Amino acid sequence: MKKVGNHNSISRKLVLGLSLSLIFSLSSFAQEAPAADAAAATTDVAAAPSGGDAVKGKELFNANCAACHKLDAKATGPALRGIANKHDMPWLYKWIKNSSELIKSGDAAAVKVFNENNKAVMSAFPQLSNADIDNIIAYTSEPKAEAAAPAPTEGGAAVPGGPVADSGLSNTLILGALALVLVILVVMLFLVNRVLTKVAKANGIEVAPKEPTTPIWKAFAKNQFLILVTVVFLLLSSAYFVYGFLMQVGVDQDYAPIQPIHYSHRIHAGDNEINCKYCHSAARVSKNGGIPSLNVCMNCHKNIAEVAETTATPEYSKAFYDEQIQKLYKAVGWDQATQTYTGKTEPVKWVRIHNLPDFVYFNHSQHVTVGGIECQTCHGPVQEYEIQKQFAPLTMGWCIDCHRKTEVKMEGNEYYTKIHDELSKKYGVDKLTAAQMGGLECGKCHY
Amino acid sequence: MSSNKKYWKSVEELDENSSIVEALRNNEFVEPIPTEEFLGNGDALSSSSTSRRDFLKYVGFSTAAATLVACEGPVNKSIPYVLQPEQIIPGVADYYATTVFDGFDFANLLVKTREGRPIKIDNNTIAGAKFSANARVHASILSLYDSMRLKQPKIEGKNASWSAVQTKLKTSIADASAKGGQVVLLTNTLASPSTEKLIGEFIAKNPNAKHVVYDAVSESPALDAFEMVYGERALVDYDFSKASLIVSVGADFLGDWQGGGYGAGYAQGRIPKAGKMSRHFQLEANMTLSGAAADKRVPMSVANQKQALVHIYNVVTGSSVSVSLDEKFKAEVNKAAQQLKAAGSKAVLVSGIQDKNAQLLVLAINKALASESFNTSGVRQIRKGSNEKVAQLVADMNSGAVHTLIMSGVNPVYTLADTVAFQEGLKKVKTSVAFSLKEDETALLSTVAAAAPHYLESWNDLSLTKGTYSITQPTIRPLFDTMQFQDVLMSLNGTVGTFYDYIKGNSGSIISGSTWNKVLHDGVFVGVIPSASAGSADYSAAASTLASSKKSDSLELVLYTKTGLGDGQQANNPWLQEFPDPITRVSWDNYLTVSNADAAKYELSNEIVANGGLNGSYASITTADGLKLENVPVIVQPGQAVGTVGLALGYGRKAALKEEMMVGLNAYSLYKGFSNVQSITLTKAGGEHEFACVQGQKTLMGRGDIIKETSLEIFNTKDAHVWNEVPVVSLDHMEVEATKVDLWDSFDRSTGHHFNLSIDLNACTGCGACVIACHAENNVPVVGKAEVRRSRDMHWLRIDRYYSSESTFDADVERKENIAGLTSSLSTFNEMEKAGDNPQVSFQPVMCQHCNHAPCETVCPVAATSHSRQGQNHMAYNRCVGTRYCANNCPYKVRRFNWFLYNKNSEFDYHMNDDLGRMVLNPDVNVRSRGVMEKCSMCIQMTQATILKAKREGRSIVDGEFQTACSNACSTGAMVFGDVNDKEAAVTKLASDERMYHLLEHVGTKPNVIYHVKVRNT
Repeated sequence: MKKVGNHNSISRKLVLGLSLSLIFSLSSFAQEAPAADAAAATTDVAAAPSGGDAVKGKELFNANCAACHKLDAKATGPALRGIANKHDMPWLYKWIKNSSELIKSGDAAAVKVFNENNKAVMSAFPQLSNADIDNIIAYTSEPKAEAAAPAPTEGGAAVPGGPVADSGLSNTLILGALALVLVILVVMLFLVNRVLTKVAKANGIEVAPKEPTTPIWKAFAKNQFLILVTVVFLLLSSAYFVYGFLMQVGVDQDYAPIQPIHYSHRIHAGDNEINCKYCHSAARVSKNGGIPSLNVCMNCHKNIAEVAETTATPEYSKAFYDEQIQKLYKAVGWDQATQTYTGKTEPVKWVRIHNLPDFVYFNHSQHVTVGGIECQTCHGPVQEYEIQKQFAPLTMGWCIDCHRKTEVKMEGNEYYTKIHDELSKKYGVDKLTAAQMGGLECGKCHY
Repeated sequence: MSSNKKYWKSVEELDENSSIVEALRNNEFVEPIPTEEFLGNGDALSSSSTSRRDFLKYVGFSTAAATLVACEGPVNKSIPYVLQPEQIIPGVADYYATTVFDGFDFANLLVKTREGRPIKIDNNTIAGAKFSANARVHASILSLYDSMRLKQPKIEGKNASWSAVQTKLKTSIADASAKGGQVVLLTNTLASPSTEKLIGEFIAKNPNAKHVVYDAVSESPALDAFEMVYGERALVDYDFSKASLIVSVGADFLGDWQGGGYGAGYAQGRIPKAGKMSRHFQLEANMTLSGAAADKRVPMSVANQKQALVHIYNVVTGSSVSVSLDEKFKAEVNKAAQQLKAAGSKAVLVSGIQDKNAQLLVLAINKALASESFNTSGVRQIRKGSNEKVAQLVADMNSGAVHTLIMSGVNPVYTLADTVAFQEGLKKVKTSVAFSLKEDETALLSTVAAAAPHYLESWNDLSLTKGTYSITQPTIRPLFDTMQFQDVLMSLNGTVGTFYDYIKGNSGSIISGSTWNKVLHDGVFVGVIPSASAGSADYSAAASTLASSKKSDSLELVLYTKTGLGDGQQANNPWLQEFPDPITRVSWDNYLTVSNADAAKYELSNEIVANGGLNGSYASITTADGLKLENVPVIVQPGQAVGTVGLALGYGRKAALKEEMMVGLNAYSLYKGFSNVQSITLTKAGGEHEFACVQGQKTLMGRGDIIKETSLEIFNTKDAHVWNEVPVVSLDHMEVEATKVDLWDSFDRSTGHHFNLSIDLNACTGCGACVIACHAENNVPVVGKAEVRRSRDMHWLRIDRYYSSESTFDADVERKENIAGLTSSLSTFNEMEKAGDNPQVSFQPVMCQHCNHAPCETVCPVAATSHSRQGQNHMAYNRCVGTRYCANNCPYKVRRFNWFLYNKNSEFDYHMNDDLGRMVLNPDVNVRSRGVMEKCSMCIQMTQATILKAKREGRSIVDGEFQTACSNACSTGAMVFGDVNDKEAAVTKLASDERMYHLLEHVGTKPNVIYHVKVRNT
C-alpha cells in the first residue's frame, strides 16, 4: 500500500506541473499585446520632424543608399540614423544630389565628411527630388526600434545569445505524459490484483492453485525442429546485422562536424538564394568543388556586419550569428571601425565533410559543367541545412547506381556528336547513360 | 620386429672421430639452446603479475580495440586561401614558360604548377624554343624540393642574415681595393646578357676585380679553336637534320657533347623518308648513345681518332699530312672520308677530341665541305670557360694575390682535379663566398655559404644561342631564405631595385618588335641572328701537330659524363641516381668500362650471382701523373675500344648528400689539366662490387622479332613481309599469321577513342627523358640500390638495350637459324649470350603494352586489372590484393610490385620520406601502398583530362591534344601518342605504316603499343 501512495503523489505532482506550465504559457502570450501597442505609439511620435513619409523613405533608402550606408553602423559611408540632426536640410539636398561638387566648392562640412570617410566619393543622385530626400531623411530619423520595444521573448525565459527553448507543449512532453499514465495503469492493475487476493484470503476463499505444467522453454528445448529453425533464423539475422554494420564502416553519411565558424547554408543559399557556384566557383572548372577563399565572403560581408532580426531562429539568436561574422572579420583581418584590412590573417581550418579516399578520382567540373547536374543531387537540400552535412553515402555503389541511371546531357556539345551517333546505333537507344559511355570502367575513377 | 637399417643423419657420421657425431649422440642440438636466459629466473617468472592467460587477454583486447578504432574515419581539415590569387584555382594546373641553364644543362621549358607548386617539367614547343629537356632537366624539379638544400646564408658555418653577408662582402671589397688585392668572380658560363652586364658594371666600379668563367666539364679546346677563327668564344650549333652523312670522331652528340641537345635534329634525318635517311659513322672509344645509334661504329682509342681526323682532313681538303693510323682502321676511316667528300654540303663532321688542333680541323673540314649543318651564325653560348684562366686563378690564389673570391654556380673543390691546390689557395683568400644550392664541398670551405635559389625560384635572362633571348621566371616563391647572386651583385654595385627590374630594363633593346609580357609568356624570343665573319687559321700546321701527337702503349682512360648524373650537380636527386644508364643499365654507380679483350688481359670479370645481382671486379688505376683511384668497380663493356677504359664524372660526392646517394667514385680527381683522356696503368684489386643492374641479359639471342632490324637497302628494295615478317602459328596444322588467329571474341573498338602509342626505333636514341618524365608524372617511387639489385625497380617505363653477339643482329638471326641438333644448340646459345666486341646496339622502350587480349586480366582473381574501351588496361590499386599472378603472366614483364611501403617510410629515405620531397607528387595520381601491383596506365589521368577539357568547351578533340608523359618528353619524335579512331591522327598513319609491328606478336596479345622496324643505313 505504501508504494501505491507514492505513485499517487508523483502523478499528482505531474498534473500540477502540467497545469502550472499551461498557466505560464497563457500569461506569456498575454504580455505581447501591450508591447506591440507601445511600439506603434513610438513610431507615431518619431515620424514627426521633417514631415516626410518614412515608409516611402525606407523603400528609397533600400533602393539607393543601403549599398553603402547602414542606419546604425558605419559601412562604406557613415551611419545615417539621425543624420538630420547633424546637417541642415538644404545642405543635405546639395550633398546627396552631387557631393563631389560640394566638396570642390570648399564647403567645410563637406570636406570634413569626405575626409572622415577615407575620401570615398559618394555617387551623385540627381534623380532624387527634394521630396524624396525628405522621405529618406524621415526614415533615417526614426528612433531605433530595439530601444523602444525590446523583442518580447516567448515563454519569458530566453537567454540572449543562446538557443531559445520552444515553450509550446511539445510532442515529447505529451508522449511522456501518456507513457507515464500507462505505467501507472499497469502498476495499479497489479496492485488491485494483490489487494483482491488479500481480500479473498481474508475472506477465506480458496484460490485454486495452478496445475504444474511443463514450462514453455522446456517444451521448446524438446522440439528439435523448432531449435533448428530458431538457430538458422538467429544465424541469418545476426549475419544480416553484421553485414549491415560492416558495410557502414567508413561510410560517413550525415556526418556534420562542428565547424570553426558556424556557417549557415540556410541563410546564404536558402534565404538569400545565392547561387552555389557564386562561392564554389571552382566546381565549374576544377576537380575540386572548392571551399571559397575568405575574400569571396568579404564581397558581401564587407557591407553585412550583422544579420537581420528575421534571420535569427529560435535555436540561433541574432547575437550568435553576428558573432560568427566577427569570426570571419578576425580571420580575414578586417577592421570594422576603420573599414580597412589590417593584414593580420588567420586562415580558417574548416573540417572537411566529404572525404573521398585517395584512390578515387572525382572531378566536379565533369558533373557540374558538362553533366549539368544540380549540386543538390549529391549534396542534398543544402539550402535548408543550418549545419552542413554529408547527404550522400559516397559509396562506390551509390556512384555506380547514378552512372547507370543518369542519361548524359549531350545536346549542343560537339564533343559528343560522333560518339552519340555511334553508340545510339549500337545500343538502339536515343538517350545514353553514363554507363553506356564507359562510365563504369574501373580506370575512369581509379588511377 | 627390429630393423637393422642404419639411418644416416649427416655426412659427419662417415668420420668416426667427428666431434659433432659425438655431441649429437649426447644432445639433440650441437649447441645448447639458450633457454636459461629466458626461463632461468624461476622466481621472476612465478612472481610476475602477468600470467600467460593475462597476456593472451591483453593481446586479444588490444587487437579488438585496434580493429574497432580503425573503423573510425580521421578528421581532415580543409584550409582555403584567405586571399585567393587570381590565377590559381585549386585543382587546375597552370603552366609557366621558363628556361633553364645551370652551367651544364639547358632547355626551354613549360613548368606545370598545381596550387602554386611546380610538379612537372614539359618541353616548351612554341616556335623558336629549340632545346628540349633531357633526363636531368626533367629531374631537376625534384632538386627544387631537396631537403638537403642550403636554407639560409652562413658565415663561417654559422647561420647569418643576408644583411650581414652583404656588409661582410662590402667591407671585404673595400679592404681589397685598399690593399690592392684582387676581387675575383668565379662563375659557371652565364649566357645571361643581364648578368654579364652586371658583372661588367661591377668590374668598372672595382678596377681590381675580374671575372673568371669555369666549366666543370671543359669544352675549352673547341672554344679556343672557334675563337681563333671567328673571333668569338662560342660553339657551333650544328643542324643534323640537314645532314645526309654524319661522321663523328669521338663526339657523343646524342649525349652531352658540347652541351648536347642534338637528338631532335638528328632523329629527323634518321626516319626513312622516300627511301632516304642519313648515314652515321662513329669513331669512338667508349660506347656512347651516338655509337649505339650509328650505322657504322669503329671503336678506336683517342690517339687513333686523332690520326683518323687528320686522315679525313687530308681526303676532304686534298692535303697530304703524314698520318700514322693503325692498319686495321684504315679501310673504314677511308670509306668514311671518301663518303664525306662525296656528300659535300650534305655532310657534316663533328669531333669530341679535347685538343685545339683537332677542333681547328673540324672547322676546316666542315668549311671545306661547305656543310649546311655547320652553322656559325647562331652559335651556342652555353660554354665559355677557359682552362688557362682557371689555372691562372688557382696560381693567383696560392700566391696570395686574390683577396676576395665570389663563386656562383661552381663547385671547384669537388670538380677540380687539383683540388688540393685550390683548397690551399682558398685558405689564403681573405673572404670567399660561394653561392650554392647546397652546402657543397666548396661552400663548406668558404667564408660565406650563400644560399642561392633554384632556377624555378629565380629570375634570369638567357641567350643560349646568339640572336635568341629567353627568360627564366620563378614558378614558386623561394622556399628558403635565399638570394640570387645577381641581386647581391646589384646591392654591391649600388644599383637600386631588384634583378627582375634590371632584366626588364635591359630587355627593351633586345626584344625589339615584341613586348616584355609576350616574351615572358612565350619564354623565348628570336631576334635577328647576326652572321659571323669567317677568319682563318693555319689548318695544315694544326693537322701536322695533331698527326705527330704521340701514342702511348699504356691504357687510355676516357672520362665522360653519364646520362643520369651529368656533371654531378644533382647528385642528391634520387630519380637520377636510380635512373639506369642507357648503355650499361646500371644504376646507383659509376664504374670503369673495360673491353672484353682488356678484361681478359687484366682478369677482370662480371658475373650474375645466385641472387640475380650483377657483381664485378675491382680495379685500381694510376695516371701518368701519379694520380690514383683505388677500387674502381669494373663493367665489361662490349664495344669499348681495346686499350681504352671509360669512367664517368659526377659521382663520389659526399657533401650535402643523403647517405644513400654517396655512391661511386670521384673521377674529377683524374681530370688533370681538363683533359678527358689520361694514360693510366691498371691493376686488379681484390673483392667484388655489387652492382644494381636492371638488365642481366645482354643479347637478343637471335630473336629478331623483338627488335626488328633491317638495312636501308633491303627496306627500299624488298616487300614489307621480307623485312617485317609477321610471325606464323599453327592452326589446324596449317601455318597461319599470328595476327589472324584469335582465341577470344574481339570487342568493338571503333567507338569513341582508342589510344595507341607508337614508338619508332629509328628515332629513339635511348636518352631516357621519358623514363624520368614518367617518374614525375606518375609518382613512381624510388626504391634504392639494394632493392634495384633484387630486381625490384619500379620504373613503369624501361628502355631495354640489346647488343648483337655477332657484328650485326642479322648475323645473330642467321647463326640461330643455322643451329642443327642439340649439342650445336647448347653450345651456340651459350656463345650467343655473350655480346660481341663491337656489337650493334638497339634501344627499345618498353612499358605496359595495353594488350587488347591482356594475359594479366584473365588471371587476376579479384578483377583488379581490367580492360577499357579506350584501349587502356586499367589497374585498380584499391582492388588489388597482391597475388602477383598478373606480373607472372605478363609476357612483357612490365608490371611492378610494391614490395614495401615506399612513402613515409624511413627505410626508404628518398624524396617521398620528407614533407618537402612529397611536394613534387602529382595530386591527380594515387600514391600506391604496400602489396599493390602497379604499371603504366598510359597516363590515363592525362587522356581523361584532355577529354574533360574538350567536353567542357563543347568541341571535338584535335590530333596532338592526347599526350602521355613519355610522348610529351620525347624530343626526337620517337614516341607518338593518339587516338587511332581519329582518321587524321598522326598515330593512325603510323599504325598502318609498313614498318609497324607489335612486340611478341606471336603471343597474340594484340597490344596497343606499336613499334617501328629499325632501319640502318649500312
